[in-house]
Amino acid sequence: MPDRLITAISEMNEDAAIAITRDLLAHGEDPLAIVASCSAAMEIVGKRFEAGEYFLPELMLAGEIVKGISDLARPALHGAGTAARKGAVVLGTVKGDIHNIGKDIVSFLLDVNGFAVYDVGVDADPAVFVKAIQDHKPAVVGLSGLLTVAYDSMKSTVQAIEAAGLRDQVKIMIGGAQVSETIRQYAGADAFGEDAMAGVRLAKQWIG
Amino acid sequence: MRERWLEPSPDADQKRAARLESWHAAAGVAFATDEAKQAYQERVSLMADAIEMKKVPARVAVCPSAGHFPLDYAGVTWREAMYDYDRLAHAWERYYDDFCPDSYVGPATVVPGRAMETVGFNLYKWAGHGLADHQEYQFVEQEYVKAEEYQDLIDDPTGFFLSTYFPRIFDNLQALEKMPILPPVHEMLMVPPALAPFAGKDVQAALQVLARAGEESVRWLQALGAVGARILGRGFPAGGGGVSKAPFDVIGDSLRGTRGVLLDMRRHPDELLEACDRIVPFMVKYGASSCRATGHLVVFMPLHKGADGFMSDQQFRTFYWPSLRKVIIGLIDEGLVPQLFAEGGYNQRLEVISDLPKGATVWWFDRTDMARAKQTVGRVACLTGNVPLDVLCAGTIDDVKQHCKRLIDTAGRDGGFILATGAAMQGSKPANVKAMIDFSREYGVYR
Repeated sequence: MPDRLITAISEMNEDAAIAITRDLLAHGEDPLAIVASCSAAMEIVGKRFEAGEYFLPELMLAGEIVKGISDLARPALHGAGTAARKGAVVLGTVKGDIHNIGKDIVSFLLDVNGFAVYDVGVDADPAVFVKAIQDHKPAVVGLSGLLTVAYDSMKSTVQAIEAAGLRDQVKIMIGGAQVSETIRQYAGADAFGEDAMAGVRLAKQWIG
Repeated sequence: MRERWLEPSPDADQKRAARLESWHAAAGVAFATDEAKQAYQERVSLMADAIEMKKVPARVAVCPSAGHFPLDYAGVTWREAMYDYDRLAHAWERYYDDFCPDSYVGPATVVPGRAMETVGFNLYKWAGHGLADHQEYQFVEQEYVKAEEYQDLIDDPTGFFLSTYFPRIFDNLQALEKMPILPPVHEMLMVPPALAPFAGKDVQAALQVLARAGEESVRWLQALGAVGARILGRGFPAGGGGVSKAPFDVIGDSLRGTRGVLLDMRRHPDELLEACDRIVPFMVKYGASSCRATGHLVVFMPLHKGADGFMSDQQFRTFYWPSLRKVIIGLIDEGLVPQLFAEGGYNQRLEVISDLPKGATVWWFDRTDMARAKQTVGRVACLTGNVPLDVLCAGTIDDVKQHCKRLIDTAGRDGGFILATGAAMQGSKPANVKAMIDFSREYGVYR
């Protein structure tokens, strides 16, 4: 695994990371090793976030760098490695709420951390979540919402998942500015996240 | 260029004292009864004493952020409220009649739907315009301005907003992109080319759109003025009158978007900082002019992207705080009181934001540790907020009372505190709201 690539990503040297990737590919480096470097770098970035060293700007930039590298490495991969996803997560903003930014950040971070993300969008009806769970068989479902109206929508979404007989197959996490332990209990979710990385942390914990 | 707004001007305290006095005097308020006038003035004193921090108020003022709770409570939908100003007024009056909080905050956030439709405002969706009748309006976040455009914004903020940004966010004002650059229009030979665009049918149509939207906005403002006058006359003083924002949020909320601005901190730090600095005087002037229009001294400033988790302490000190502090000092210089609404958590920021003159600001916290806030920024500023929305929406009356009691015992100790909700309280159970107000008014008496 090319260490200098890991360092460039985790130290936020975007230009260097892209240049190193081009150089490695030109010299016939295994694209899977490049992808592995990205994962290793995201691990470091995640740890620094947990330690309070990195914040959202660094999470976002690291994600952007990894996306740029993936775009470069993809032609050399010939489809290999694309299936090597950690597991599936269905994610969306609940009924009555059209806020996308928190959900999009979590979706992006899950993606660059190796999860297969199925984003059902905003203002998503409970039935839309149920259908997505039936279609994609995720281990984790994420419900996002910024408004207080989301409390009831989260609750009814969890109830709909239960009514469809799918509750035992998924762990449900909720996130958004006004969620808390009180709201986790109210909605009947398994966990709540206070920041974007919490979504990744919970997914890793549940999917392994 | 001369650096401004680093320290408050020597006459700031005097100006603020004069404005506080005129708030209390209530000239121009038509009181329903003598008792109403007395109640009004007592309530102003409760708030003024908390803000000034010179003496302990008679009791804790109770000023929750109504948000659109009055609509829910009166059974008025968002669609009705944004299109029928009588229904809006009815909801607001009912809320004040039934709950009797200590300050009046008008329904200025329930904007006139027709005016928004006329200009084709596309930054938000609202009831009847992309959302169902009962839904509150919601922001549509996107990257409306590209990173490559920072220099244009820095060179000429007004010109950039007028002829680049507005055509993007107002569907029916596309023709504003033809507006001339203004500073060259000062020599005779430069006048005709600047006038020529106004001959265009599209520019004329845009001006007509503005005229119609302006008339609708005035109808709405008159309705708001009428409901305000009635409620003030019953003894509820206005809690605020002006509005402004942190320069970083101006860029981050509606121009670059969250993703854009966070990446700019890493990719385009110099342009971002310069743009924030260029926005400062506009935010000072806007805060002052909005207060002039209402005759009030409290300037509401919703803060967004400086909250815990968005950025590090160092990044906050570098990117968010310096330009915000200049706006705050600029407003204080005018004798105004910035009311900084720190939504989310501000636990990492408490030391930095304590660098302010005493008794000149209000910090309104949402989910910040209020005991720590009291020991830090609470030494120089009045604190408010923190009654949690999750408890108001999903908790019991006892939960609510316990929170209020704890808040008054910690943040309310020795004055400098106004009891309020952590954020706008839509979705709260009416019984919980009633309990919050009634309990706090009784328990919050200083003995």
